Amino acid sequence: VGIVLMLTLHLSSYSPSTIHYSPIVLSGLLEAIFNGMSIGSVLLISALGLAIVFGLMGVINLAHGELMMLGAYTTFVVQNIFKTFPAPLFDFYIFFALIAAFIVAAVTGLVLERGVIRFLYGRPLETLLATWGVSLILQQLVRSISLGLLIAIAIFSLLFFGGMWLIKRRPDFDRIKNGAIAIILPLSIAISAAVSIFLAQTYGLTISKPWFGAQNVDVTAPEWLRGGFPVGDFQLPYSRLFIMAITVICLVGIYLFLQKTNWGLRIRAVTQNRQMSACLGIPTAQVDAFTFALGSGLAGVAGCAISLLGSVGPNTGQNYVVDTFMVVVVGGVGKLAGTIIAALSIGTASYLIGSGNLATIFAPIQPVADFFTFFATTSMAKVMVFALIITFLQIRPGGIFPQKGRNVEL
Amino acid sequence: MANQFGRRRFILLGGAGLAGTVILNACTKPGSSPTATPSNDPATSTSPDTAPVAANGNTVKVGILHSLSGTMAISEKSVVDAEQLAISEINAKGGVLGKQIEAIVEDGASDWDKFAEKAKKLIDQDKVATVFGCWTSASRKAVLPVFEGKKHMLWYPVQYEGQECSQNVFYTGAAPNQQIEPAVDWLLKNKGKEFFLVGSDYVFPRTANTIIKAQLKAKGGKTVGEDYLPLGNNEVTPIIAKIKKALPNGGVIFNTLNGDSNVAFFKQMQSAGLKADKYPVMSVSVAEEEVKAIGVEYLKGHYASWNYFQTVNTPANKTFVDSFKKKYGAERVVNDPMEAAYIMVYMWKMAVEKAKTFELEAVRKASNGLTFDAPEGKVTMENNHHLSKFVRIGEIGADGMFKIVSESKEAIKPIPWNQYVAETKGFACDWSDPAKGGKYKAKV
Repeated sequence: VGIVLMLTLHLSSYSPSTIHYSPIVLSGLLEAIFNGMSIGSVLLISALGLAIVFGLMGVINLAHGELMMLGAYTTFVVQNIFKTFPAPLFDFYIFFALIAAFIVAAVTGLVLERGVIRFLYGRPLETLLATWGVSLILQQLVRSISLGLLIAIAIFSLLFFGGMWLIKRRPDFDRIKNGAIAIILPLSIAISAAVSIFLAQTYGLTISKPWFGAQNVDVTAPEWLRGGFPVGDFQLPYSRLFIMAITVICLVGIYLFLQKTNWGLRIRAVTQNRQMSACLGIPTAQVDAFTFALGSGLAGVAGCAISLLGSVGPNTGQNYVVDTFMVVVVGGVGKLAGTIIAALSIGTASYLIGSGNLATIFAPIQPVADFFTFFATTSMAKVMVFALIITFLQIRPGGIFPQKGRNVEL
Repeated sequence: MANQFGRRRFILLGGAGLAGTVILNACTKPGSSPTATPSNDPATSTSPDTAPVAANGNTVKVGILHSLSGTMAISEKSVVDAEQLAISEINAKGGVLGKQIEAIVEDGASDWDKFAEKAKKLIDQDKVATVFGCWTSASRKAVLPVFEGKKHMLWYPVQYEGQECSQNVFYTGAAPNQQIEPAVDWLLKNKGKEFFLVGSDYVFPRTANTIIKAQLKAKGGKTVGEDYLPLGNNEVTPIIAKIKKALPNGGVIFNTLNGDSNVAFFKQMQSAGLKADKYPVMSVSVAEEEVKAIGVEYLKGHYASWNYFQTVNTPANKTFVDSFKKKYGAERVVNDPMEAAYIMVYMWKMAVEKAKTFELEAVRKASNGLTFDAPEGKVTMENNHHLSKFVRIGEIGADGMFKIVSESKEAIKPIPWNQYVAETKGFACDWSDPAKGGKYKAKV
């Protein structure tokens, strides 16, 4: 609320002089609003998937950033595929990349949910540690994935899970389970390692050369997203407008999906009361998997979007994950509207503080102006935004829109 | 009882997790390091491919201590490649004092404590003759007590912020007066008097900007603003707004950003309409490999200052580039720290040959005043254990290579103790004279 108040103050301070300097002031005002919104929309789109996974399902998914990173890498791959196509097609690779990023991240999310998270529902600490581990694994995976590694992983999965599947059909499975694992696991590791080493030695670099490596990869936006739309002496970057558009589309899509479809109804039912939903015949396990995949897919879309603005590398996810959790917590866990308002307020606040606009506004009052000038660098602005958030959460621990209902403090 | 726990616990745990992430993130972030970018070649992670031809008596061990995993692996792997290249070249020509060089490669894992631990291991256990290593200032500061305590020898290949002069370290990268200061002079002369300084928020950019501000003040330039981004930050909108406000008609931007932020900075500069003709950016951490990772489209027309570019036109450089590409693949590029790493292996070899022994004290003495026909030109190891180097300014072209627009006529002598900073003004370093040592008050 304080942030909104500041914004209002900021806006109103311009109004008396509007008569004299209207074009300049208008463009300055537009710039402030637009920049705040554009920072906010990046926060929002990265937090959107988490708002579902963390907000609705209650899973603390520290691998959210890495799912974004996978989306960004997918964009890189799609871009390189489209480079081989004739020119006009390349300009629209980004749309295919968005879809591909959604699919890749959603499938990864599905595997993650089925393989790890479903065993940990209701155990936040374990989830936290497990997803942190998954995030490290995913980071290292993009650094070292190569054809050889992929083949090794495929062979291992085939042998191990196939073997387990076969043994599971035996009636005395429970008795021999541990012994079987003790035999199959080392055996499949040994075979897959031997095959990959053999392939690497026979075919050399073509097999063992990493696809991406540890370095950052370059994603270059298509020509039509690189410029900006000039308004006075200010320019609205097309990439930012594009991200805002994607954000709005995703938001509307999720809203309609959650409110108007059967699956949406089931998701809301399960997240509100799992036992009751199960009693009423809703397949909660499927709903969980589906919801998690949806949230992960949105992370993939976010990853595609941010590749237009920033770097794409193994660390990309880490750079965003803190901000996304911050947005969801401030917004109020479980409410999309809260996430939206939180993202836009945090975006606007960091812009106003970081760009020194507040210092300019308070210029007549010297001490206040000095105070804001001190915070008008990007790192200090971050400190101040965090301080504001901590203060805000002291007053409203549940966020902007706390979840109402009896299970709130359970 | 699935999923039924309080929000407070949620926030608490989430907060703990976030704090953990932040701390880990902070710890693994580089000290002073561009996002460079080798494609990792399997050959780099093992000992040199020229295996020792004879038993222990005919080989000499040297240590290579860089990060092969973690954040810094990005940059340091390519430096290891360059060092391995130099070693295999020397070995192919008969080695040093008739002995083949055997490189013991250790992984510092982007973890400064690990660097110190591995340095101890190389010295005590492997009994290496010297160590080539480190990239970030943080890792160098971590191993410094080890090398000084054991009176051993480290060769350090990266441009750094100066303010250090150890008897046990040879610095083959640029001191500030061999990179930053000439870049400022060139900008003042050719591009404008008004500077906006952008940097990552840690020791190297802040020290560099202190120097730049003092220099601008002394030479009639003006600092119209400065801002620092936390490492890894990708949101540069406020900075761009500030730049436009401070320099409405264009001006010079001096960029000491490191790592991922560079990508965001150049991408968003372009989309905000800040073009290279009105807002030229001078970078000190963007070299050939970074250009590849950021994308040439965003960098065309901007500048960088280094001692060496791949495009330097010397016969030594042609050999260097050709043999590097032959060994590691035609798509690979070389950059300044790699060249410095290549130089230092040869410098050590020459010092050993001059001393006619691997004994540390003798090699140290012998290295003073050595000259080497490096890819960048003829460089000399000065008495302050830094190299005199050529200074070049390059403009980024459409092919991702640098067009050299300015070049010092001769090698510039290194000044480790900065003369613009009040605390070190008037100090110098001379290891050839025991009475002077690492930091003495030079006559004014």
